[in-house]
Amino acid sequence: MTTAMAISLQVNGERIDAQVPPRLNLADFLREHLHLTGTHVGCEHGVCGACTVRVNGEIVRACLMLAVQADAASVETIEGLSDSGEISDLQTAFSDRNALQCGYCTPGMLMTAQDLLKQEAEPTRERIREHLSGNYCRCTGYQAIIDAVEATARLRGKRTA
Amino acid sequence: MKASAFAYARATSIDNALELLAASGDRAKVLSGGQSLMPAMNLRLISPELIVDISGLVELRGIVVHGTMIRIGALTRHVDILKSHEIAAHAPLLRDAVAHVAHPAIRNRGTIGGNLAHADPASELPACLLVLGGTILVRGLSGERRIAAAEFFRGIFQTALAPTELVIGVEIPVMRKTSAHFFDEFTRRHGDYAIVGLAAQAEVEKGVFTDFRLGFFAVGDRPILARAAGILLSRAVTPSLISEASDALGVEIEPQEDQQASAAMRRHLAKVLLARAVAALLGRPELRHAGGAV
Repeated sequence: MTTAMAISLQVNGERIDAQVPPRLNLADFLREHLHLTGTHVGCEHGVCGACTVRVNGEIVRACLMLAVQADAASVETIEGLSDSGEISDLQTAFSDRNALQCGYCTPGMLMTAQDLLKQEAEPTRERIREHLSGNYCRCTGYQAIIDAVEATARLRGKRTA
Repeated sequence: MKASAFAYARATSIDNALELLAASGDRAKVLSGGQSLMPAMNLRLISPELIVDISGLVELRGIVVHGTMIRIGALTRHVDILKSHEIAAHAPLLRDAVAHVAHPAIRNRGTIGGNLAHADPASELPACLLVLGGTILVRGLSGERRIAAAEFFRGIFQTALAPTELVIGVEIPVMRKTSAHFFDEFTRRHGDYAIVGLAAQAEVEKGVFTDFRLGFFAVGDRPILARAAGILLSRAVTPSLISEASDALGVEIEPQEDQQASAAMRRHLAKVLLARAVAALLGRPELRHAGGAV
């Protein structure tokens, strides 16, 4: 039973059928089988947040979910959010404020920040910190990231006002 | 690292899961939310031969209030508890605690049943279940058992659960209108495992505790209800009484040393939380630093 199993899922809106061994986690499936390398692999035990993706609209750690568990699910990666333009303002804010340096954490940061901004229109800096607390950044010291998320929330507020 | 190879079975019903477990015994592991199991497998701390995935069993999801009891299905996720109006109204201690459990992406998958069955001594929910007088509902092929939280947690990652049994849910008494609760913990980073934590619930009449339950976690091999709470019952609380309770607490707990903290540091932090809880529950901020808590 350790042999490959058939899965069928949506990835960034595209239907994917694949054969995967049970031990393969979702992050490695996205990276190595689908070549969607925007999902980064850091700690592989749920601490760093670099592998954050959306499954059925909710953010999860792709390293803590088996690819076989994504059968019938809708998965969205940073490539999907980026190509659709959903987070272009957030990406611009990250760039403008130097909220990234090496960029390793950035896909996970963007996924998690967008998750917060979808749920709360005007998060305080404290709330932003709390929501991003599961995402490590070893370059920026976080201040610029909080600035970028806060600025994006303000801009989006103005646009809808 | 990556998990070693294993066979995978998606359970189609509770009975199907129990049959799979009965056939494999302790060579199998139950996959619920996977937020503790997967790290342990990726780190090769465990290498089960069979994963029994119960995450599709919808009958194990949901929060229902029956009279004076709240029943929470084992597959109810942390995020569901955090957003539940029933929990906010009838077990607000749980909601406050869950906000400290890991991070949003993990709370979106981690489940209450998995959390309790895992029995991490630094985990928030086991201590809450103790304080709330909760019952863990367990099913095996021979039937259902109800295990009081006080009897369920047996040590580090050890419970009264047999390898062939499943946690199917928990029952918690609805909080009385007159009860007050408190939750706080020390962590290096919000959402990390606690260095020391405290879940508490109390009845206060005219500034005096008539009931007081202190559930400390990460101070030993399992969560405990501190006997020191008894010292603060039915008497006017003064800084010297808190000192007395604080000393008793220091003797009672047996914290372990690890890379996060020494045993002495954990003892100190437990006392700090005790004073904070008393001050908050009695609405007397001046007691926050009583008993040497700074």
